[in-house]
Amino acid sequence: MTIDTLTVSALTKRYGFHRALAKVDLTLYAGKLCALLGPNGAGKSTLLGILSTLVRPTQGKISYGHNGSEVNAGSELRAQIGVLAHSSLVYGELTAVENLEFFGRLYQLGDVSARAQALLDDVGLGDKARHRPARTFSRGMMQRLSLARALLHDPQILLLDEPFTGLDRQGAAALARSLASARAQKRIVLVVTHDFEPLADLTDHVVVLRRGKVVHEQLSAGEEGFRYDELKEIYHRYTE
Amino acid sequence: MSFFRQVSTLVWKDLRVEFRSREILYTMAFFAAMIVLIFSFAFIKEGQVVDGVVPGILWAAIVFGGTLGLSRAFDRERESDTMRALLLSPTSRTAIFLGKAIGIAVFILVVEVVVVPMVALLFGAPLFRDPHLLIATLLLGTFGFAVVGSVFAAMLLRTRSRDVLLPVTLYPILVPLLIAGTKSTAGLLEVAPNYSAIYFWIKFLLVYDAIFVVVALGTFESLVIE
Repeated sequence: MTIDTLTVSALTKRYGFHRALAKVDLTLYAGKLCALLGPNGAGKSTLLGILSTLVRPTQGKISYGHNGSEVNAGSELRAQIGVLAHSSLVYGELTAVENLEFFGRLYQLGDVSARAQALLDDVGLGDKARHRPARTFSRGMMQRLSLARALLHDPQILLLDEPFTGLDRQGAAALARSLASARAQKRIVLVVTHDFEPLADLTDHVVVLRRGKVVHEQLSAGEEGFRYDELKEIYHRYTE
Repeated sequence: MSFFRQVSTLVWKDLRVEFRSREILYTMAFFAAMIVLIFSFAFIKEGQVVDGVVPGILWAAIVFGGTLGLSRAFDRERESDTMRALLLSPTSRTAIFLGKAIGIAVFILVVEVVVVPMVALLFGAPLFRDPHLLIATLLLGTFGFAVVGSVFAAMLLRTRSRDVLLPVTLYPILVPLLIAGTKSTAGLLEVAPNYSAIYFWIKFLLVYDAIFVVVALGTFESLVIE
């Protein structure tokens, strides 16, 4: 199943009296990487939580489009979503390989072991490290494992919350390559980030959230994505 | 993947994680054993066991030790947010719940392997006279505790005072299970057991478990999705 578009209409989320999102309208497209920018507390993680099906909106609608028709939320949809969150989402007592093999079985992947090893190679987690319990990992190693977990089932929709956090230059470069590959394979990619440099020339779509509202949305003019200085300028103009 | 395979994958994961650290098992077993030991000081006077206390002591040890394990099992999921990882997967939410509850039930049953003989030894209680009925009582009671406990532990997952709130909210709901468990166990310890009464309480446990499995499966998703 391919998902062409992800559309949210009048999306609102309240936690008690606090309004985290206010009537957000947004469409994400396959083959386009969207950078979701905004100051702390803007509602970016909440939006990501709703798109990943982990959080229910207070009001509004989300639709996942496939050839013009909608895909129902459920296990089939969840199998197409990959998430990298603030927390690691892996079991500290299991090794990197065991974590990926466990999640691979939940996603009903064939030849889970080979897929796990290949992904760990891609994210740059060395051979010795991948057989240690994940709780012994540094922040950067944990981020690499979390990224591998998000990419494990080759999802149609990638939702990444601050994915460059804790990564060294090599790790950031590897992640940027993964994102470029996902974009080329016509995936829907949404990245929440404060770090624009790795996303330069990859970002086709910029959305700026502030106090739960979309204050700016822009698609890149041509095939090439936004440059670093363009992203920085947009961020500073609409968040300060 | 079939439903049963999903559940077994999740149970096996919990067992594997626990056998690496043995944190929950050791804590539960030690706590339950200490409860039995302390009660033995109080209820054995001059070599004589106070009448009728053994079933209550056994079930108190199981429930208090089990609560510790329940709390810790869900804390573990919260620490790395792995419950969210499970909810993100295509695994059915029902399977996630049952996998968790069965895993906790297994941990409690392992602790019972220590606690039940300890009670039998310290209090001279003929608990193993009808082993199949004792096993039925313990299995049904333990499973019911794990199911109900998992619902409340999931509900309190993101609450600050969850360690205090869990027993406060859980124990009133467990009262029927505890009554049935202690009555059945008490029946087994009588000189001339009334088997029809024992069977009645075992069936009671079965009905209790069935009701709360249905309630739990219907409410779990709404408890864990924000």
